[in-house]
Amino acid sequence: MTQVQQKLEQVTVLFAGDSGDGIQLTGTQFTTNTALFGNDLSTFPDFPAEIRAPLGTIAGVSGFQIHFGSVDIYSPGDRCDVLVVMNAAALKKNISRLKERGTIIVNTSGFDKRNLRLAGIKEVENPLNNHSLEGFKVHEFDITKLTRESLKDSKLGTKDRDRSKNMFVLGFVYWMYNRKIDSSIDFLKAKFAAKPEILDANITVLKAGYHFADTCETFSNRFEVKPTKMATGSYRNIIGNQATALGLIAAAHKSKLDLFYGGYPITPASDILHELAKHKNFGIKTFQAEDEIAGICAAIGASFGGDLAVTASSGPGIALKGEALGLAMMLEIPLVVVNVQRGGPSTGLPTKTEQADLMQAVYGRNGEAPIPVIAATSPSDCFTMAYEACRIAIEFMTPVFFLSDGYIANGAEPWRYPKASDLKEINVQFAKERSQDDPAYLPYKRNEKFVREWAIPGTKGVEHRLGGLEKDKETGNVSYEPENHEYMVKVRAQKIAEIANHIPEQDLDNGTEKSKLLVLGWGSTYGSIKTVVKELATEGIDIAHAQIKYIQPMPRNLGDLLSKFDKILIPEMNNGQLITLIRDQYLVDAKPLNKIKGVPFEAREIKEAILNMLKN
Amino acid sequence: MALEKDIKEEVQKLTAKDFVSDQDIRWCPGCGDYSILKQVQSVMPELGIAKEDIVFISGIGCSSRFPYYMNTYGMHSIHGRATAIASGLKAARPELSVWLVTGDGDSLSIGGNHLIHLLRRNFDLNILLFNNQIYGLTKGQYSPTSEVGKKTKSTPLGSIDHPFNPLALCMGAESTFVARALDREPKHMREILLRAEQHKGTSLVEIYQNCNIFNDGAFGGFTDKQLKKDNSLYLKHGEPLVFGAKEDKGLILDGFEPKIVDLTTGEYTVSDLWIHDEKCRNKANILTRFFDDPSKENALPRPFGIFYQEDRFRYEEALYEQLETHKQQKGIPDLNKLLAGTNSWEVE
Repeated sequence: MTQVQQKLEQVTVLFAGDSGDGIQLTGTQFTTNTALFGNDLSTFPDFPAEIRAPLGTIAGVSGFQIHFGSVDIYSPGDRCDVLVVMNAAALKKNISRLKERGTIIVNTSGFDKRNLRLAGIKEVENPLNNHSLEGFKVHEFDITKLTRESLKDSKLGTKDRDRSKNMFVLGFVYWMYNRKIDSSIDFLKAKFAAKPEILDANITVLKAGYHFADTCETFSNRFEVKPTKMATGSYRNIIGNQATALGLIAAAHKSKLDLFYGGYPITPASDILHELAKHKNFGIKTFQAEDEIAGICAAIGASFGGDLAVTASSGPGIALKGEALGLAMMLEIPLVVVNVQRGGPSTGLPTKTEQADLMQAVYGRNGEAPIPVIAATSPSDCFTMAYEACRIAIEFMTPVFFLSDGYIANGAEPWRYPKASDLKEINVQFAKERSQDDPAYLPYKRNEKFVREWAIPGTKGVEHRLGGLEKDKETGNVSYEPENHEYMVKVRAQKIAEIANHIPEQDLDNGTEKSKLLVLGWGSTYGSIKTVVKELATEGIDIAHAQIKYIQPMPRNLGDLLSKFDKILIPEMNNGQLITLIRDQYLVDAKPLNKIKGVPFEAREIKEAILNMLKN
Repeated sequence: MALEKDIKEEVQKLTAKDFVSDQDIRWCPGCGDYSILKQVQSVMPELGIAKEDIVFISGIGCSSRFPYYMNTYGMHSIHGRATAIASGLKAARPELSVWLVTGDGDSLSIGGNHLIHLLRRNFDLNILLFNNQIYGLTKGQYSPTSEVGKKTKSTPLGSIDHPFNPLALCMGAESTFVARALDREPKHMREILLRAEQHKGTSLVEIYQNCNIFNDGAFGGFTDKQLKKDNSLYLKHGEPLVFGAKEDKGLILDGFEPKIVDLTTGEYTVSDLWIHDEKCRNKANILTRFFDDPSKENALPRPFGIFYQEDRFRYEEALYEQLETHKQQKGIPDLNKLLAGTNSWEVE
C-alpha cells in the first residue's frame, strides 16, 4: 500500500496509561528507536510513587512524553501533538496537555463502566460519547481485544497476553512515524531470552500493532520526521542517571583510582547505583549501606583509603548525610555527593522534580562549612558535570555537591559521547613515603591553591591522625587556639573560592551583552529557557540566556556579566533560591519566576514572564 | 589488591614506644582508658604489621580520643559512625589492619544500627567496645548499658531504661567473634587482643572500663580482690567452666539451663562440667546471657574471654572475588566501549 507521507519538523507524543500498562517501557523503546533513526529528542517520564498505584485511578496514571524532531530539540515539549491513552483516567489527567486539533489514540476497553468509575467519570459523561473530544482527531480501538485476537494461538494465560498490549501501541506508533521495528525486536529478544513464549507473544503483538495501523485505514498518511542535522560525531541515547554513573566511572578510570560508591536506595537516585553495579569489571565497589549515613560514611572511609568515593541520594537522604558532609569538609578529603533532587520538603513528592535543595547544598551544615556545588543542565550534561565533580573533589581535596534532578535524571536525549582520550586529565598526587631523617610530616600544610596532600594509609612515614575537631593549621593536631580556628575557617573558605580560577568562565548561551534582558537559569531549566529564547529570536526579540552550572563558587566573571543587563529574570523550580544567592553576592535586582508544581517549566510560561518583563 | 597484609622486614624491630604519638593524653587521671591504651600499644609490635598499615578509627566519646594517642594512621570521626567509616576503608583497602575504638554510647546508642550491620557483614577488623555504662564526655548521663534505677543528672529519679546486654546483641547480629575483657586484667586483655587480630572477620571485644569520675566501681564485683574470683568466669577453649576463690565452683548445663555446682561436696567433679567450646553458637548464646547482678544471691558468674569464634566469609573477600569474576567475564575494562553503549550511531 502506498501512503502519502506528511513531513513534520517536530512532534510531541505522550503515552499515558495505568502504571501496570507498561507505559515507561513503551516510551523508552520509542525513544531508542527515535534516537537510532537520527532525530534529536528529549523525554519526560512521569510516574506515580506507588509501584502499583490503585488500578484505573488518576493517581495510578503513568506517562511518558517524547519530543522529537528534524530540528534541534531542547525540552520534552509543553503540549503534545499525539496523546495515546490506555484508559479513562489517563485521558482525564492528560487531555489538558493536548494541543488544539491534536490526535488522540484511545484504547476503548479502558473506558468500560469500571474504568470510568475508577477515573471518577459518570457513565453518561463518557468522553468517548459526549462530544467533549470534538476538537480533536480521535482514533478509537479496542487494543485489549486486538491484542487477545493476535495471540489466540498462544499458550499464555489471559493476564500474560494482556500484558503485551503495550507492544500493540508501540507497533502502531512505529507505523505512524514510518519506522522500522527492528530495534524493539532486538530488545525483546535480549529481555525475554529465557522466556520464549513471552518473547513470541510480544513480537507477535508488536507486529500486529504495526500491521493493524497499516491496514485499518485510520490514517490517510504516515508522518515523517527527518533525521536532525547534528554535529559530526558518535552518538547514543542517554538517560541522566546513566550519564551520571558513566561520568563517575570515566573519572575513576582517567584518574586511575578505584571507584567506591556507598549509598542507600532512594527515588530518584537509585538508578545510579544500579548502573554502577553493572560495571564491576571496572573495579567499581558498590556498597549498599544500611542507611544514608552509613552510605556517606563508608565513602569517607574509602576516600581516606585512597579510592574515588561517591555517595548519591535525594533531598531527605542528603539531610541525613549532613553531619558526615561536615566531617568530610573538615578532613579535606575528596568525596562526590550526588543529589538527584525531588519534590520536597520532607518526603515531599518522590517521583516529581524540583530544584529546591540548592540552599541545602550551599548552606546545609553546622558551622562554616563551604562545599563546592555544581549542577547539570540536561541528561547528557550529567556525564560532564559528574566528571567535573570528581575532578574538583580530587584536585581540591574537598567534598563536592553535584545537583541533578528527577527531570533530567529520568529524561533522555541523544548524546555525542566523547572519546576517553578527549577527557580532561585528572591528576592524583598521593603523599610520598618519608624516612626518619625527613622533617616531621605536616598533613595540613597547603600548596599554592590552599590544598593539602592526600596521604593514604600504607604510606610509610606520613602516618597522621584526622578528625572532626578543629585542627592545627599544619600538624593537624587538635587545636583550640582562637587564632588558629579563625585562620582555618578562612583558609577552608579561601580554598573553595580558589576553585573559581579553575572552572570555565560564564558564557552566554544566547544573545549578547546588549540584549534587553538576561534569563539566568541553573541546572535542568536549560532546555525550556533555550526553547523560549530561540523562539523569541525568530520573532525578532533578542534575549540573552546564561545557564549557571557552577554555583559555589560562581564563575569569576559572573558579576561583570550580570552588571551588563538592566533586566534579569531567574526562573527556578523552587520558591526562589538561586535568586537569593545572586542578590546576596552581586546586589543585582533580579526578578524571580518560580514554579513549584513538581513538573518542569513549559516554554510558554517562561515566554510570558519575559514578555511581561519587557513591557515594564 | 591483596587481601592479606605484607609482612615487612623492619616490623620486627618495633616496640610499644613506636606506637606512642606525640600528643598529651587528656583522659581523667585514673581512667580505665589508660590501661587499655597501654595494652594496645604493647600488643601492636607483636602483630608483625608495619605501623603504616595500621589504622585506628573512632567515633565520639571519651574512648574515641584513642586514635590521637596512637602513632599510626587514625581518624577521630563523628558520633556512632566509626563502624561505617571503617567498613568503607576496609572495602577500599582490605590489606590494612583496622581497629575501631568505640564506647557504649557511641556503638550501642547513636551508632547501634551501624554496629549490627558491620557484624553481619563480617569485615575483617577489630572493634574495641569500651563499656563504662555511663556517658562520660557529656558529664554523666546514663547510657544504654546503665542499670535500671541508675541515678544520673538526666535521671534524678533513676533510669527506667532496660539496658542492652551488648554481647547477646552481637550474637544476635551474626557476629563471628565475641569476647569480653576488663581494664584491670591487662594480661588477659592482651591475649584477647591478639586473638581478635588473628580472627579473620569482625572481632568484637567488649572491654569493661571504669569511669572513676561518673561511674566509679561499676565493675567492682569483677575487679575487687575479695569478690572477683567468685563473680567472674574466665573462659578457655576446651576447658571446664570452673570459678570461685578456690576454684571450688563449676557450671553444668541442665538442658538449656546453666547451673552452678559445688565442687567441694563430692557430688560433682571437674569432669562433670560444661567444657567451653568457642565454636558452639548455642552455648555461646547461653554464656552471653550470664548477665546477673553479681551482688544478687546465686548470681551466675560473669564470663570473660572468647565466647564465640566462627570462620565465615568476609565482606571484602566476597567483594574482591566478585570484581575479579566480573573482570574475567567481561574482559579488560574499555572506557570507549562503555561510553558508546550498545546502540550508537555516527553522524558524518
